[in-house]
Amino acid sequence: MDATITLIVNGKEKTVITDPRRPLLDVLREDLHLTGAKYGCGEGRCGACTVLMDGRRALSCDTPVAKADKKKITTIEGLADGDCLHPVQQAFLDEGAIQCGYCTPGMILTAVALLKDNPQPSDEQIVEWMNGNICRCNGYPKILKAIRRAAAQISEVKKL
Amino acid sequence: MIDDTLTKEMLASKCFEPNEELSSKIKLSRRTFVQMLGTGLLITVTQGVSLGQRVRSRSRQSITVAARLHINQDGTITVMTGKVEEGQGPRAQLTQAAAEELRVRVDQIRLVMADTDLVPDDGITAGSRTTPYTVPAVRRGAATARELLARLAAKQWKADISALNVHNGTITNWTTKQTITYADLAKSSDIAEAFKQTIPSDVTLTPVNQWEALGTSVPRPNSRDIVTGAHRYPSDIVRPNMLYGRILRPPSYGARLESIDLSEAEAMKDVVVVRDEQFVGCAAPSSFRAAQALKAVAKTASWKTISHPSSKDIFSYLKEHARKGGRSRPRTRGSVDKGLADASKVLSETYEVAYIQHTPMEPRAAVAEWKDGKLTVWVGVDWPQRAQRDLARTFQISTEQVRAVVPDMGGGFGGKHSAEAAEEAARLAKAAGRPVAVHWTRAEEFTWAYFRPAAVIECKGGLDAKGSLIAWDFTNINAGGAAIDTPYNIANTRILSARSNSPLRQGPYRCLAATANNFARESFMDELAKAAGADPLAFRLAHLDNPRIRTVLETVARHFDWPARRNKVTPELGVGLACGTEKNSVVAACVEVGIDRRKGEIKVHQVCEAFECGPIQNPANLLSQVQGCIIMGLGGALREEMQFENGKILNASFASYLVPRFKDVPKIDVHLINKTDMPSAGGGETPIIAIAPAIANAVFAATGIRIRSMPIRSALLKRL
Repeated sequence: MDATITLIVNGKEKTVITDPRRPLLDVLREDLHLTGAKYGCGEGRCGACTVLMDGRRALSCDTPVAKADKKKITTIEGLADGDCLHPVQQAFLDEGAIQCGYCTPGMILTAVALLKDNPQPSDEQIVEWMNGNICRCNGYPKILKAIRRAAAQISEVKKL
Repeated sequence: MIDDTLTKEMLASKCFEPNEELSSKIKLSRRTFVQMLGTGLLITVTQGVSLGQRVRSRSRQSITVAARLHINQDGTITVMTGKVEEGQGPRAQLTQAAAEELRVRVDQIRLVMADTDLVPDDGITAGSRTTPYTVPAVRRGAATARELLARLAAKQWKADISALNVHNGTITNWTTKQTITYADLAKSSDIAEAFKQTIPSDVTLTPVNQWEALGTSVPRPNSRDIVTGAHRYPSDIVRPNMLYGRILRPPSYGARLESIDLSEAEAMKDVVVVRDEQFVGCAAPSSFRAAQALKAVAKTASWKTISHPSSKDIFSYLKEHARKGGRSRPRTRGSVDKGLADASKVLSETYEVAYIQHTPMEPRAAVAEWKDGKLTVWVGVDWPQRAQRDLARTFQISTEQVRAVVPDMGGGFGGKHSAEAAEEAARLAKAAGRPVAVHWTRAEEFTWAYFRPAAVIECKGGLDAKGSLIAWDFTNINAGGAAIDTPYNIANTRILSARSNSPLRQGPYRCLAATANNFARESFMDELAKAAGADPLAFRLAHLDNPRIRTVLETVARHFDWPARRNKVTPELGVGLACGTEKNSVVAACVEVGIDRRKGEIKVHQVCEAFECGPIQNPANLLSQVQGCIIMGLGGALREEMQFENGKILNASFASYLVPRFKDVPKIDVHLINKTDMPSAGGGETPIIAIAPAIANAVFAATGIRIRSMPIRSALLKRL
C-alpha cells in the first residue's frame, strides 16, 4: 500500500505517494532526482548515501522513507548557500581531497554533522566519527586534512 | 603493461570477448558526424578516422588534428580523448598536456572524454598507459595545432614564422608588434582545412625544464561539481520515461536455469519482464518495484548447480591445475640447476595470495536507450570503444549504431574493463521500448564482477659461501607475469608464469600480478638475507645494479632511519622494507608495525615510501595516487580475501569483506622523486607493490614468524 510522505528537502516541501518501505535514498534519487546521495552498499556500511535528517547524519539507504516523513532533509545539493560553498565543501576543494569523488557528498555531509556538534574536534574524534564512511580510492589523508581545515575555518569565523 | 592474456581470458565470457576480426571487417565509414557540444560549439568528427585505430596501433596514432581538438571562437579549446576519468587524474593531466603545447591557460581547455561519437580511440584506461601514451598523443596534437595556427598568422602577416611567439593563446610578431588570438584565427575557414592534417609522430614537444602547465598541481577540472553533487556519475544518469532494471543471478557459480515462471511478475503493474535463455530481468518505474518483481520470478526458478572448489582448498586446487608449456615457457639466464647445485645454502618456499576484489565505490551501472535503431549507453567502463564494439556484436548492429558514453565514474582500479551492465540495460530497454537503468548492487558487484587472481608462488634461492645470491627459481601459478622478473643481479635464474584453471572469474587489478610477485620476491629476499646473515637493506643493495631502484631504496631508508630503527625491534614492534619496479616506475617502502600477540592484531604504525616515475606531471595528484596505493595496499596485505564455498561468495558485503577505513590509516610519509631526464611513466599503480612484503618482513622482524600468505593477518592469527 502506498503512503503519502512529506519531506522538507533542502528547505522545500515535497510530497510523494509511494511504498513507505522504500529507502529514503531511492526516493531522493528516483522520485526527486537528487542524485548527490549515492548508493554504495545498501546496508549502511559505507556512508556514500549520507544525508542530514533534522541536522543529524542519516544513512539514507538504510532509512525507510516512512521514517523521514515530515523531517528536514539536507542533501549535498542543498548545502551551499547559492554560489557560496559550505566551508567543508570549500575545504575539500582547497585540499584536493577528491579522487573519483563518489564518496565525497557523503564524506562532506558526515563532516558537516560532526562540526555542527563539535566545531573543534581532535584528530581522534574526527577519525572515530568518520570511520563509517569508506573511500575506496583511499584518499583518507587528504579528507582528514580537509576536515581539519574546515574546522579551523569555522572556528575562525565564529571568533570574528 | 596490463596482462593482455588475462584480460582476454576474463573477457572470454560469452558476451564480451574481444572481436578484432569483426571490427576490422566493418567497412570504415567516412560519414562525418556533426555534433553540438555544450554551449553551441560546432564540432566535426570524422568517425572513420577514430574507427581506424586498432589496439595495436594505438601508440602510433594516425588521427587528424581536428579529431583531437577544436579551437572555439570564444577562445576556449575543446580537446577530445577516449580516456575515462575514474578518479586517478587523467582529466587534469590531459588538460595540462593540451594547455602546455598550445601555450594557453588550463582553464581555456575543455576536455571531452570517452564518448564514442566525439572522441578518438585512445585505448583502454588501464595499465598506467595514460601518462606514457595518451599524454604524449595529446601533446603532439596540441603542438601540431599551435604550429598550424602560427603558420596561418605568418601567412596573414606575410611574416617569417620564426619571428612569431605564442603565449596565452595569442600569437605575437615581435618585429611588427602585431598580435592575433587563436579565437580570431578560428574564424577563418583556413583553419578547418589546416586541421585536416594528420598529427605527425615526430612533433617536437616542450622540454621538461620549460614546462608551465605540466609539472604543476592542477586540480581536477570538474571538482566543484563533485562537491556540490552536480556531477552525474553513470548511476546518476536519468533519461525521460526511464525504468529501473534488476537482473536474475544464479544462486551459485555455474548454475544453469532450468525453468522459471514469469507470470506473477508479468501481472504486476508497469513491470516489464524479459527472458532470453539464461537471461532474466525485470524493469519497473522504481528500483524497489523492479526488485519486488525479480523476487517474484526468482522464487519460481529451478537451477542445475555444479560443484565448485572452495577458498579453503584454493591453493592446492590452483597448483593441481597448473598448466605448463606453450606460451608460458620459463625465461632463463645461466643455469639455475647448476647454480642451485653449486650453492652452499638453498632455500625453498611457497607463497600464496588470495583472490581480492576492487570494490569501487560505484558498482557497475548503465543506462541504455534505443532510438531509431541506434543504441546509446551511458556506462561505467574503462574503454568506451570496446563497449561499443561488444554491444554492436551482441545486438547484431554496426558500431555506428552504438554510442557509448562514459561519464566520469566512481572508481575502477582495473575492475571495470567489462560493460555487463550496459548489455543488460540494453536488453531490457529493447524489450521495454523505454530507456532502462541497471545499477548493480554491492552484493552483485562482489559476486559477478571479476577478481584479482589468487596465486601460488614457488621460490628457490641459492647462496654461495660468501652469502651472495647465485641462483633464483621463481614460478607464479595463476596470477600472471607482471613484474615477475627479478631486478636483482643473479647469475642463474629461471622465471615462469604458469596458468591455471581459476575457479573465479579473474582479471586486472591495480598493478595486477606485480603485487603478488613482489610480495613473494621481496619476502623471499628477506629470508635469503637472514640465511646469509645480512641486513635486509645491505643484502638488497649488494645485488642491485638498477640505479633508480637503488635511489628510492636509499632515499626511503634514510628518511625512515632504517639502521637505527632496525636495532630497536622488539617482539611487539617490527620494521620491514621492500622495493620493486613495474611499468617503468620504481618504489621502495619502510614500515613499522605493532603486534598485539594476545589479540593477534597487526597495527601498521607508519609507512614511509619513496616513489619515482620520471618527470612529475601533477605533484598533488601523484601524491594522492601514492597515498591511495599505500592504503589500498594495506587492505590486500592485511585483511582482504574472497571467501567462497559451493560456488557462493561468503563475504559479499562491506560487513564481512573489510576494506581500509579511517582508523586503519597509519602515519604516511611519501617522498616523490622528480627525475627529469626520462619520459614520464604512470604513477597510479606501482606504489602499491611494496606494501605487503614490507609488512610481512616487519612482522617477521618482530615475531620471528614468517608469513608467506596474503592476507597476512589471518595467516598470523593461526600461528601466534
